[in-house]
Amino acid sequence: MHVTMTVNGDEVERDIEPRVLLVHFLRENLGLTGTHWGCDTSNCGTCVVQIDGEPVKSCTVLAAMADGHAVRTVEGLEVAGTVDPIQQGFMEEHGLQCGFCTPGMMLTARALLDENPHPSEGEIREAISGQICRCTGYATIVRSIQWAADHPAETADSTLEDEDVKA
Amino acid sequence: MQIPAPFDYARATSVDDAVALLTRYGEDAHVIAGGHSLLPMMKLRLARPDWVIDINDLHDLDYIRRDGDQLRIGALTRHRTLLESAEVLSLFPIVTDAERVVADPIVRNRGTIGGSLCQADPAEDLSTVCTVLGAEAVIHGAAGDRTIGMEEFHRGPYETAVAFNELLTEVRLTIRPRSSSAYEKVERRVGDWAVAAAGAAVTFADDGTLDDVAIGVTAVGLVNRVASAEAVLRGEKPSESAIAEAGRLTGEAVDPDADQRGSVEYKRHLANELTQRVLRRAIARAQGLEA
Repeated sequence: MHVTMTVNGDEVERDIEPRVLLVHFLRENLGLTGTHWGCDTSNCGTCVVQIDGEPVKSCTVLAAMADGHAVRTVEGLEVAGTVDPIQQGFMEEHGLQCGFCTPGMMLTARALLDENPHPSEGEIREAISGQICRCTGYATIVRSIQWAADHPAETADSTLEDEDVKA
Repeated sequence: MQIPAPFDYARATSVDDAVALLTRYGEDAHVIAGGHSLLPMMKLRLARPDWVIDINDLHDLDYIRRDGDQLRIGALTRHRTLLESAEVLSLFPIVTDAERVVADPIVRNRGTIGGSLCQADPAEDLSTVCTVLGAEAVIHGAAGDRTIGMEEFHRGPYETAVAFNELLTEVRLTIRPRSSSAYEKVERRVGDWAVAAAGAAVTFADDGTLDDVAIGVTAVGLVNRVASAEAVLRGEKPSESAIAEAGRLTGEAVDPDADQRGSVEYKRHLANELTQRVLRRAIARAQGLEA
């Protein structure tokens, strides 16, 4: 079957089998390997991407179901050479160790801050509760998201420059 | 890599179109809504439909609407929408309690009330909630709508009264004065199946006695309401001793299996304890003493 969707702002079209899962469509048909594929059972959440701005587990969505919709992956977080505050936050607060859960965590975090720019720690923990960090680095993931909340996009650049100057 | 077996895919453009597609492709077609139960089953070959009929474009089945003394919920209403509904919280807090613990927040973005009920998993929370609330299910087929109660809707694990060429379109909850409800689940971690859960709904008479009581449990081998425990409370003013007795009777009535989530004794204990907790909370809410 033929599918057409927007991925990170670009329209893509492919002929696929209906049984292709979105995670494999992104990785294998489009070469966007930033979206990781983990448990296959919608438990681990490493495959989280956004469909129409909402985080979903892409191992449990058919690519066919995303036909006509807008998908955003970790590759779409950086815009015009500027990293998203979420990405900056994960760097500032050491939000990753092995990095396997990181793309999914960041897409969920971005969706959370888009809706709720100042979440409490409890709200952050609830938002990522369907995702597993097998390094168990949850405390730093929460702090990374808090950093991003404290440094929204319009000030992220200047903050980075300030700190570069200090360094 | 777990991939479903090959199938053909069609998107329904209306409820009637969905019914027509289901009729055309017969018993080997399966409806997909959120897909978070069906796709894992297809990966494991526990389900192997030849046709998958996607109903996610049927936005007119995504609503929460008050109609007289009923709250009507479209079958395609997402778990997240139910969880965030102030109207649902004020009228049926048991739904909000349950939605808070259905799967995880990401799955709740996709999963639907209709999908949960039609999946009819024995560990499924909303089946218990709808049973306790005496919900009605509206099922659409080629001949039009039919409306049935939950006791008729549930046929057993993974089986419902929805025929292969029909679509569940709406869930109706009756709004009763002087009533409230509660749900509580014990799970090992977010997103796991329940070890056990219990739900209760109570309605007071004018004189402060309990006019009606409904108790239901999840994942402990009992689909219907716990009539023996309800009888202890009905017609009486609520008391701690009656609540304790209702819990004890629920623990006796359930028929759980021992598995990695717990022993039979532990699950009976949970059925007892959780029943007491949800009764206390439903009563306190109906009396305006607790949110």
